[in-house]
Amino acid sequence: MAEVTRSKSRVRLRPDSGLPSPEDQGPLIEQPLWRIRLRLLWRNFITNFRIFRENPIGLIGLAIILLFALMALLHPYLMENVWDPNIYDPVIGIDQSIPFHPAPPSAAHPLGTDPLGRDVLSQLMYGTRAAFVLGILAALVTVTIGTAVGALAAYYGGFPDTFFMRLADLIIMTPTITILLVMAALFDIGFVHLAVIIGLLSGFGGTTIIIKSQALTIKVRSYIEAARVAGGGDAHIIFRHIIPNLLPLTFLYMMFTVTTAIALEAILSFFGLLNIRMSWGLMIFTTQRAGYLLDMSKWWLIFPSGLAITTLCAAFYLVGRALDEVVNPRLRKR
Amino acid sequence: MRRYLFKRIAQNIFTFFLFLTLVYVLVDAQPGDFSNIYLNDPRLTARQRATLRESLGLDKPVMERYIQWLQNAGRGDLGISFSNYPRPVMDVIIERAPRTIILFLTATILSYYVGFMVGKILAWRRGGLLEYVTTIGGVGLYTVFLPWFGLLMIWLFSFTLGWFPIGKFIDPVIWRRAPVEANYVFHRMIITAAIASILILVWYFFTRRLNPGQRRPALLGGVGVILGIMLLFWLFSGIGRYALDILHHLVLPVLTLTLVNFAGTMLLTRNSMLETLREDYIMAARAKGLPDRTIRDKHASRNTLLPVVTAFVLAVVFVLNDAATTETIFSWPGMGLTLLEAALVQDIPMVIGALVFTGFMALTAHLVADIMYAVLDPRIRYS
Repeated sequence: MAEVTRSKSRVRLRPDSGLPSPEDQGPLIEQPLWRIRLRLLWRNFITNFRIFRENPIGLIGLAIILLFALMALLHPYLMENVWDPNIYDPVIGIDQSIPFHPAPPSAAHPLGTDPLGRDVLSQLMYGTRAAFVLGILAALVTVTIGTAVGALAAYYGGFPDTFFMRLADLIIMTPTITILLVMAALFDIGFVHLAVIIGLLSGFGGTTIIIKSQALTIKVRSYIEAARVAGGGDAHIIFRHIIPNLLPLTFLYMMFTVTTAIALEAILSFFGLLNIRMSWGLMIFTTQRAGYLLDMSKWWLIFPSGLAITTLCAAFYLVGRALDEVVNPRLRKR
Repeated sequence: MRRYLFKRIAQNIFTFFLFLTLVYVLVDAQPGDFSNIYLNDPRLTARQRATLRESLGLDKPVMERYIQWLQNAGRGDLGISFSNYPRPVMDVIIERAPRTIILFLTATILSYYVGFMVGKILAWRRGGLLEYVTTIGGVGLYTVFLPWFGLLMIWLFSFTLGWFPIGKFIDPVIWRRAPVEANYVFHRMIITAAIASILILVWYFFTRRLNPGQRRPALLGGVGVILGIMLLFWLFSGIGRYALDILHHLVLPVLTLTLVNFAGTMLLTRNSMLETLREDYIMAARAKGLPDRTIRDKHASRNTLLPVVTAFVLAVVFVLNDAATTETIFSWPGMGLTLLEAALVQDIPMVIGALVFTGFMALTAHLVADIMYAVLDPRIRYS
C-alpha cells in the first residue's frame, strides 16, 4: 500500500524504458511528476505547432497578433520616455502648437490628431492594450466556465447536464448584442464588467455545448477506464485526464471569444454606451460626434481604428481556424 | 415526427417564457425607474409625484407588476410607447417589424447562397492561392467592424458614385404626392415576393419529374414567366414607382450584410465538404468515372448541406444581432433602430417590446431550422 502512495507522488523512471518500475535495481532517475507532465505538455505543444505551421493562414494571423502586441507594449514605454504626456496622452493630451484640429499626419503626429487635438497614434496604441486586456480577460472567463461546466456535465450527466445544456440553448438563442445594447444603455457598464459579461455569456453558451460534446468522446476512451480501474477518483479523472485533453479545444474557443469580445466592445463604444477611458470604438464615436464621419479627406480619423478592429479580430479568427485543423484531424490535408 | 414536433414547440414556448422573464428582470433591475423622467421636474408636488407613480403602477411590488405584465403581454398588449406617445408598442412593432424581417431575411438567404457556392469550390480546389486569398478576404469581411464597413459602403456607393440613396427607407421627394402609405406598398411587395417564391418552388418540384434534358430549360422558362407576370402586375398597378424606390433603398444594406455574412457559411461549407470528400461513396463515384462536376454538385455538396442548414438557425440569430448596428448606419427604420433609440431615451415599454420581438424571431427561426433538419436528415431520430 505504501508503495502505491509513493508511486502516486513520485515516479521512478529508467532512462531507456520510460516505465515506472519500483523494484528495479539499476540506476534510477527520480523526477517529480510535474516535471514529466510539463515535458509531455511541451512535446505536445511542439507537435501541434508543427501542424499549425503548415498552414500559412494561421501564421499570418499570428504575425498580426504579435505586431499588435508589440504596439500595446510599446505604448507605456513611449509615454515614459519619448512622448510628452501633456501632448500625447490618449485621453487628456492636446497639441496646442497646431491651430486647427483634426490636423493631418505630420512628423510629430504620424497619424494626425483627432477633433479634440489628441494624437491618433497614441490613442490607437492605447486602444490596442485595451482590446488585448478585454479580449483575453473575456476569453479566460469563457474558457474556465466552459471547460468546468462542459467536463462536469459530460462526466456526471443527469440533471446538471440537462440544466446547463438548456441554459446554453437559451443563451445561444438570445441576441447577445441587442441585450448588451439595452444593458449598456440602462446600466453603467465599465471595462471589466463588459469582459466578465461577455465571458459569462460565451462560457455558458455555445462554448459549453462544444466542449461538452468533446468531453463526452473523451469520457468513453480506454485510458479513462484504466484510470478508474487503477483507483482514480472522480476529481482525479476530471482534472488529470479529461480537462488536459480538452485544453486544445478550449484554446481554440479562446481565440473565437477574443474576436467576439473585441468586436462587441467596439460596437458598444461606437454607440457611446460604455464607461471606458479610450478604445478603438470610442475613437470612431468621437469622429461621429464631431461630424467627420463621411469626410474621407479626414481619413486618419476613422481608418486607423476601423482597420485595427477588423485586422485584430480577423487575426484571432485566422489563428482559431488554423488551430481548428490542429484539433480536428479530419480537416487536415493528409 | 409529430411527437418530436410537439416536444420542440413545448420546449420553445418554455424558453420564450424564460426569455420574457429575463428581459423583464433585466429592465426592472436598472438603477432608478422610468418614472424618473417625469418625477425629476421640480415643479411637481410630492402628492403629484405619488399619484404619478401610482398611475404608472410603480408602487406595487415587482412580482405583481411582472404577473400583470405577463397577462397583458399574453393578450398582445405590450403597453404604450413613451417616445411614440400615444401609440401602443404593438402598433409600432407591426409597422416596423416587416422592414427588419425582409431586410435580414433577404440578406441571410443571399449570403447563404453565396457562401455555399464559394465554400464548395474552395474545398474542391484545396491548397491553391485562390483558397488563401478567399479565406483571408472572407475572414476579413466576416470580422470587419460593421459600422466602419457600412460607412465605407455608403461613402463609396452613395456619396462618391451616387448609385444608391444614403440611407432611410423611402425618398420623401418622390413620396410627397404618393396616394398611399409606404407600408401599403411595402406589404404588397412582400406578398408579391412570397407568392412568387411559392410558385417558383412548386414549379421547381414539378420540373424535377421531367427528363434530365428538359429540366433546366423548363425551370428557367417557368421562373421567367412567373417573374414576368409579377413585373407586369406592378407596372400597371400605378404604385410601381414607389415600390422601386423602396427597393432602391434596400439594395445597399442587403449588399453590406451579405458581404459581411457570407464568409461564415463559406468556411463552414468548406469544412463540411472536406469531411464529406473523405467518405467512401465519393471514392466510389470517382471510381465509376463520373465527371468532377457531378461528384461535386450531386454527391458531395448535398451531404455537405446538412450542417450548413443547422447553422442557418444560428445565422438568423447572428444576423438579427447586427440589426441595431446596420439599421443605425443605414437609418433603416426597423426594429433594431427602434430598440436602440428607445433604450437611449429610456422608453421602457418599447425596449421590452422590441426585445420580445427579437427573441420571438430567434426562437421561431430555431424551431423552423430544427424541423427542416429533421426533415432533411433521415438519420435524426425524433427523440
